[in-house]
Amino acid sequence: MSRQVLQVFEQYQKSRTQFVQTVAELASRPQNIETLQNAGVMSLLRPLLLDIVPTIQQTAALALGRLANYNDDLAEAVVRGDILPQLVYSLAEQNRFYKKAAAFVLRAVAKHSPGLAQSVVDCGALDALVICLEEFDPGVKESAAWALGYIARHNAELAQAVVDAGAVPLLVLCIQEPEISLKRIAASALSDISKHSPELAQTVVDAGAIAHLAQMILNPDAKLKRQVFSALSQIAKHSVDLAEMVVEAEIFPAVLTCLKDQDEYVKKNVATLIREIAKHTPELSQLIVNAGGVAAVVDYIGDSKSNVRLPGIMMLGYVAAHSENLAMAVIVSKGVVQLAIALSEEQEDHIQAAAAWALGQIGRHTPEHAKAVAVANVLPKLLQCFLRTDVSEDLQTKSKKALKNILQKCVHLPALEPLLHDAPPNILKHVVGQFSKVLPHDSKARRLFVTSGGLKKIQEIKAEPGSALAEYINTINNCYPEEIVKYYSPGYSDALLERVEQYAPNKS
Amino acid sequence: MAAMIRLGGEINTLISGVYDKKNEAEYSRQIEFAAAVKIQSWFRAVRVRAYLKYLNKCATRIQKVWRGYLGRRFCRVLLKNTLFIMKLNHYNKMACRVQKTWRGYYARKYVFNYHSRKRYLEALHVKNELIRSELAEFAEHQSLARKREEEKSEKQRKEYEARKHHYLVSTAVKPGIYNSPFLPYPTETEFLLRNVQPLAHQKKKIDYCNFDPTCARYNSQVPKTLPPLVKKPQGPFREPDEVQKQRYKPFRPTLRVATEFYSLEKARKQLKEEEWVTRLNDNILQPFTHRTVAYEPLLYTSSKFGPVKYGTRFFREEFPENFIFSQDFKSQVPPIPLFDRLNDTYSKGQEV
Repeated sequence: MSRQVLQVFEQYQKSRTQFVQTVAELASRPQNIETLQNAGVMSLLRPLLLDIVPTIQQTAALALGRLANYNDDLAEAVVRGDILPQLVYSLAEQNRFYKKAAAFVLRAVAKHSPGLAQSVVDCGALDALVICLEEFDPGVKESAAWALGYIARHNAELAQAVVDAGAVPLLVLCIQEPEISLKRIAASALSDISKHSPELAQTVVDAGAIAHLAQMILNPDAKLKRQVFSALSQIAKHSVDLAEMVVEAEIFPAVLTCLKDQDEYVKKNVATLIREIAKHTPELSQLIVNAGGVAAVVDYIGDSKSNVRLPGIMMLGYVAAHSENLAMAVIVSKGVVQLAIALSEEQEDHIQAAAAWALGQIGRHTPEHAKAVAVANVLPKLLQCFLRTDVSEDLQTKSKKALKNILQKCVHLPALEPLLHDAPPNILKHVVGQFSKVLPHDSKARRLFVTSGGLKKIQEIKAEPGSALAEYINTINNCYPEEIVKYYSPGYSDALLERVEQYAPNKS
Repeated sequence: MAAMIRLGGEINTLISGVYDKKNEAEYSRQIEFAAAVKIQSWFRAVRVRAYLKYLNKCATRIQKVWRGYLGRRFCRVLLKNTLFIMKLNHYNKMACRVQKTWRGYYARKYVFNYHSRKRYLEALHVKNELIRSELAEFAEHQSLARKREEEKSEKQRKEYEARKHHYLVSTAVKPGIYNSPFLPYPTETEFLLRNVQPLAHQKKKIDYCNFDPTCARYNSQVPKTLPPLVKKPQGPFREPDEVQKQRYKPFRPTLRVATEFYSLEKARKQLKEEEWVTRLNDNILQPFTHRTVAYEPLLYTSSKFGPVKYGTRFFREEFPENFIFSQDFKSQVPPIPLFDRLNDTYSKGQEV
């Protein structure tokens, strides 16, 4: 008799197990999610989270996590279903498998938006997750660190909440663990925390993260390196002090080797790190230049494509912007050629804009710099970028500014000649200005200017009297004998013919 | 009278003569007056002119002296100024020279030294080349390592394939498919096949995960078909069916072997689960010692409820020297004979 009774229970338990397992499996495929949602899977899974059998609880949590991971509507549904407090409560109580699954659900919910992450924080998940970081099992630590990282990534308030919960020292301990995946996730969480504000980055630095992160630079695992470099660059980006602290960890010759890494993202993150350090002060830039960083970055720009090369391009711009000496260093390291290639090769506007900006920063210091930029045949390309109508406004303004900066310093006339023929008036003003500065002092250039047709072009320009352009043209005209100027003025042949008509030969 | 008449006759002439005379006198007097005036005026003019001349002379002298004085004074100031300006210009020039030299020196030394800049850029160039070559070396090293890794795995894969297809190797009698008799040499695969060991059959994995106390797994499968009827082999061997019987004898392990190591824990767990399932009342019946309400003492009790604290000493143990009598107290009630009788067997408590 009792056997029959027991059989009922056994059967019930078996079918529950089967149900959650099937749902969890179905939830792992995106095409099933909608059907599951319409079938009201949320309300069915919720009681199963409270089941007495631990396996069913875990599997239910796993299924919930997969559903919440899929989109923010489902995550919202998890929040509305008051499932989170229950998860947080049991996070402290249950075994490690359940902890992992619960942390997965929290992560999946927090991932979507700041609001959802805030609701996770509001139900007290942070303290429970921080306690999970103290767990012995690396898997639990990993999922807790992951969830904390996802919460902290949204905004400064959430990151501050994570810091206030005391997660940072534990995350720093986590990056010292032997497991690669745990290191990776902890580094990513630190990166997410420190990216928001200098204070948060300082907290991470105070916990001693930099030394441990710097140790992992030469780790063979590419994914770990990505996160490490991302974390270092997020720390270094805020202030000079933080950047100096990162530099003091003696990362310098070592990070340059990672610019030759197989992995694209490692390369990109390393270049971002170098850029974030270089942008602060001339001294830091000088340090990078002296370590041979510019040559390495130039090579890396040559090796990589599109978005990966963007931080490198910006780094060259930042270094060149600090002083003429550094700009000269960039030129000596053959940076201009690579930038010119990037400017012409890249299709995307923002990369072209970055290249144009960097070139402008290099060429704006002295005539020597401007000449170095001009001989790389950059000016026509910049002009083209400025004149194209289908590009973004940013690219137009950046290329215009760069052109202006370079032209105001450029005295290399052969490079200026082509611009005379196809530049719009607002650029032409600077070009003619440069000619008017050089021609009165250089007889060879005057001669060349006439033979190359520049003078003729000058005469064709319609300048408003009194404007700067008219003044420049006047200065140029004063360098030449009047006949030459007249000869090249438009309509001179008509004037000659008229004179022929008016001429009365003497009849003697 | 004649005279009178003559006179009378001459009266008119006389009168006119008088008049004439008077007129003449008047006339000459006017002339003389004019002459006198002229003379006086000339004289006065001469005097005044001489005086004026004198005054002018004096004024000129005064002016000459004064102007000379002023001029000299002005000249002195002018000279001073000129000298000052000259000096100023000179000093400025000198200062310019000093500043020019100093600035040039300073700039060359600290701000922009062309040669040091040139040296620096050259050094930078060298450093860049160094870094480039190092990085190139590093990249090459990495790519080599990767290539080696790939080659290794490829070789392993090929070898595995060869071991799998080892049966295609040619034998002494029959050439294999990779050893065509029409070719001068056997193909590469043939050599590979010759060099590798054939892949042994995969051992069936024994599933140890479920410990089966009934030992069903330990029984080897009894062959469906009976063994062939053969004669007893020559030599000291047993009968074949006897051997067969022994071989397929059911496996009977000892109880110790048959029992799983964790059987006790498992049994406990199962028991617990079963208990949970069969439990009818969730409020577990607790023994009375598990009280949830605090003990309420009676109103008139003087003693405290609860365990006596460790180390508590009672009067009798505390001050034995205060005892007035060395023996214990005795009751004044006469002893009960029945108990006296039993005292021997039970207790000597009352006996002193």
